[in-house]
Amino acid sequence: MQKRAIFGGKSLPYLLLLPQLFVVAVFFYWPASQALWQSFLLQDAFGLNTSFVWFENYKELFEDTGYYRTMLTTAVFAIMVAGLSLSLALLLAVQADKSIKGASVYKTLLIWPYAVAPAVAGVLWIFMFQPSLGVVAQGIRAMGWNWNPLLNGNDALTLVVLASTWKQISYNFLFFLAGLQSIPRAVIEAAAIDGASPARRFWTIILPLLSPTIFFLVVVNIVYVFFDTFGIIDAMTQGGPSKATETLVYKVFFDGRLGGNLGSSAAQSVILMIMVVALTAVQFRFIERRVAY
Amino acid sequence: MATVELTNIKKIYAGGVEAVRDVSLTVPNGSFTVLLGPSGCGKSTLLRMIAGLETITSGTCKIGERVVNEIEPADRDIAMVFQNYALYPHMSVYDNMAYGLRNRGMPKPEIDKRVREAAVLLAIEEYLTRKPRALSGGQRQRVAMGRAIVREPQVFLFDEPLSNLDAKLRVTMRLEIKRLHNRLNATSIFVTHDQVEAMTLADQVVVMNSGRIEQIGAPGEVYKHPASRFVASFIGSPAMNLMTGKIVEPGVVETPGGKLPFDAKRFSASGEVEVGIRPEDIHTASSGGTSFTPELVEELGATRLLHGNFGSTPIIVAIPASGTVHENKEMRLSIDAQAVQLFDKATGRSLAR
Repeated sequence: MQKRAIFGGKSLPYLLLLPQLFVVAVFFYWPASQALWQSFLLQDAFGLNTSFVWFENYKELFEDTGYYRTMLTTAVFAIMVAGLSLSLALLLAVQADKSIKGASVYKTLLIWPYAVAPAVAGVLWIFMFQPSLGVVAQGIRAMGWNWNPLLNGNDALTLVVLASTWKQISYNFLFFLAGLQSIPRAVIEAAAIDGASPARRFWTIILPLLSPTIFFLVVVNIVYVFFDTFGIIDAMTQGGPSKATETLVYKVFFDGRLGGNLGSSAAQSVILMIMVVALTAVQFRFIERRVAY
Repeated sequence: MATVELTNIKKIYAGGVEAVRDVSLTVPNGSFTVLLGPSGCGKSTLLRMIAGLETITSGTCKIGERVVNEIEPADRDIAMVFQNYALYPHMSVYDNMAYGLRNRGMPKPEIDKRVREAAVLLAIEEYLTRKPRALSGGQRQRVAMGRAIVREPQVFLFDEPLSNLDAKLRVTMRLEIKRLHNRLNATSIFVTHDQVEAMTLADQVVVMNSGRIEQIGAPGEVYKHPASRFVASFIGSPAMNLMTGKIVEPGVVETPGGKLPFDAKRFSASGEVEVGIRPEDIHTASSGGTSFTPELVEELGATRLLHGNFGSTPIIVAIPASGTVHENKEMRLSIDAQAVQLFDKATGRSLAR
């Protein structure tokens, strides 16, 4: 059965598309093209003189060891947040999927962190972990560990990883739970009769059947780490100490907004844009094929 | 192969719902036993308790010489075929069948041998490398049975395995299951709500209703001598005609359709009773007998169903489709005395001695 509207001419469909196209053009294509254009320009410090420099901004960027360090930080950050939030969310979802008493309350509570804005989440966590005032930090320091995310880069990175993971778990949990609930009970029961232990059932039946969900979430989580953690980082560490928590998107903000180097900042956004386009392409290409069983 | 023995099995769910109430049943070694009943009668719950997928609230379940109440499904030496097949969607047909054997650490050559044998038996050799989604419903059903067969279990459990198939395929698969059972001779317990499946497959039919067993017997026995009004109305299509009656003298019961003879040697009855007559046990007569006016005639090809009333009780008569019958024209019917069933008005149990 076809659910397709048939139009007489071409003008009405175009007219109907116009609002959407307008929104996309104004809010997506126009800024993107501006970024692309900016990335070819070089401005003096006062914004009085602008010259077209072709790929000079890119060249400079790729000759800067600081940029590679930021890339590495971002990669480490992404792997840790995605890895942690996915595995913890899966663990929680598997527990919630068991028909236990109060399951719905448990599920509802788990979803709450997702409703907290990134900046607020960052403030919450810094309150807890601020070395001299934070409740948790005092506990850690009392145990003899010199915890100081304001001075120690690794501590700072750990802290933003924890905060970002905490915020993302809810989202992953929701998808995992839906994925688990879509696995027919009978399949699990059949495996139980077939002599598979609970652990073996998880690895040989449940996990493969969840693979489309996992793949989708990996991509979404990477995009999350790339962009949405900005608020958390800005509220907690501002990329510091000494750039230990500076991610690609934070560097875009730092160099452009604070450093006033609009050309380099634009070039960085273009690179980020290309990365996300590539990720999305991979997702669209593979989600139907390799992963779908 | 083994005998399955259920003694005073009860299942009460956490919410207090009694799904199975005090069921005792013996499934002899090698028998094909069908649990038959309407949905919600507890037949699937009973099967799942035998499989170990539901806990048993009270009573004992024995498979062979072993009480299995506390034994994990994997260790009960049973195999189950599910209604929706429950194949592992990410595994090939081969892996689906081999999974249970691999889990038990069977050597590879032995697994291969068993899977291939089962595949030949079920005519699915050419699909071994396919994924379940690339198979038709009937093929999936075969794979599900293959998965059970390779295990060579003591008992086969079938949970409405045919109800997801279309009508034509259901008939074919029914025959194949029967053939397979004749060949393997394994103890089988089969759950269905379809009386035709039950009658054709079983050598022992267990009719269940609201968590209790109404009757256990061979298909013919259950059909000819229903132990209760429920069994009488559940088995047979169209359903048995039921009407009120009063014993007026030994061997004669007065019904809305007039005085009918019954087998006084078989039934001990007096006073008010419930009278049951199967539509196919009522015949047309040239004269005498009972007066009947068909209001509606249904042609079924080989037979013809006449709908009318005895007094105010609706009656269905099934007669061979020969000659002509006119709607709204009075005719005479004769009723076979041997076919008249009598039930207790209050309890619904058969009044047979």
